Amino acid sequence: MIISLIDYGAGNLASVQKSLAAVGARVSVARAAASLSDAAAIVIPGVGHFGATASLDEAWRLAILRRLDAGAALLGICLGMHWLFEGSDEAPAIAGIGLFGGRCTRLSGDVKVPHVGWNTLAPTGGRSRLLDGTVPGTSVYFSHSFAAPVTPDTVATATHGVTFAAGVACGRVWATQFHPEKSGTAGLRLLSNFLAFAEEAR
Amino acid sequence: MLARRLIACLDVRDGQVVKGVQFEQLRESGDPAELAARYSAGGVDEVVLLDISATLEQRATLLATVRAVADKTFIPLTVGGGIRSIDDARAVLDAGADKVSVNSAALGNPPLISALARLYGSQAVVVAIDARRASPGPIEDAYQVYTRSGTTPVPREALSWAREAEQRGAGEILLTSIDRDGTRAGFDCDLTAIVSSAVQIPVIASGGAGTPEHFVEVFERGRADAALAASVFHFSEHGVRDVKQFLHAAGVPVRLDW
Repeated sequence: MIISLIDYGAGNLASVQKSLAAVGARVSVARAAASLSDAAAIVIPGVGHFGATASLDEAWRLAILRRLDAGAALLGICLGMHWLFEGSDEAPAIAGIGLFGGRCTRLSGDVKVPHVGWNTLAPTGGRSRLLDGTVPGTSVYFSHSFAAPVTPDTVATATHGVTFAAGVACGRVWATQFHPEKSGTAGLRLLSNFLAFAEEAR
Repeated sequence: MLARRLIACLDVRDGQVVKGVQFEQLRESGDPAELAARYSAGGVDEVVLLDISATLEQRATLLATVRAVADKTFIPLTVGGGIRSIDDARAVLDAGADKVSVNSAALGNPPLISALARLYGSQAVVVAIDARRASPGPIEDAYQVYTRSGTTPVPREALSWAREAEQRGAGEILLTSIDRDGTRAGFDCDLTAIVSSAVQIPVIASGGAGTPEHFVEVFERGRADAALAASVFHFSEHGVRDVKQFLHAAGVPVRLDW
């Protein structure tokens, strides 16, 4: 299966591409909304500032929503995950696509921000194949200052000062706050779960 | 809970990993990609690749080495050495690095930090600071910053430079004690603690790792968020797993599943 990896100028594309390839995906980098026209699976990567998602304009939004309607699976990573929510305090003027309810807020508490490094996942008990093959307490790599709220769509949380959504799944839309492409064998397993899920969803 | 990180540093010259004592007397210890893969499988949390000759010899970072290392590791990879411009940074990030580390270029041109942070995000920008205890006075003013692979003192003091780097958008500080580098005499916990307490961003302690006890000290007394080592992992009997189990037993949170 070919995975369309969206290049909107805020991705660590090389890392994501390499790890998707390592679990058997063929990756096509999508640099314009039109190139999503027959995508069966879409990955929105992302590192950095929420302001960068401004380049995911109306054309991208429509193209992504059309593919979801057509049965494609979608995975948002880190900043790509934030954009799937309604917005982020990091750049309040820019709206997310709103597939998940809630807004991202800055991490707080008596901890260093950004939250950088390996932290553990606490599954919420929600049913999703995102976490297949992992155990509670699996370590994954985070790098972020803003985080999404825990909602009924949250399938795993992590805690750094506050408890936030680390993994989210609603239908064919999945998202991770952590970087599966940088989370060693556990991360590769989660990408492989996404690939298998997207294959079956077709 | 956020784990304290162990970072393996590969000092690379001419495509080979070398490690010196106080930046001199370099000796060879292996192929970078092979070592990185071994560390990744052995439980190290991140890999840093430093082209130690790049600044001195005005040589471009060895992109082929970066690609070879990036192809074998699915954990964070930082690349430093010879990164003087946005274009240099872009080249190593495109080659598969997740973060770039800037040192001499940031000292010579501090706005480079903010330019890189704007383009790639703060999480991709590590500012490396090489410092040496220069005076016996108050500890906050005692550490002088060095540039050009630790060869040239600059009229800056480590604490204020770390704060400035943070304000300009650095995502992490890689703090090396030149006094301790390669000695295996233990990290400079005083230096690490004053810097780590003064900034919000993570501080990676470097220089002097020799025993598992040294790691406990730098995480507890030195308040380090991560500890970097080269020679202790390359040459000694203490593998990453041994050090992590020692840290775990001492109550320091570390990642033990890999």
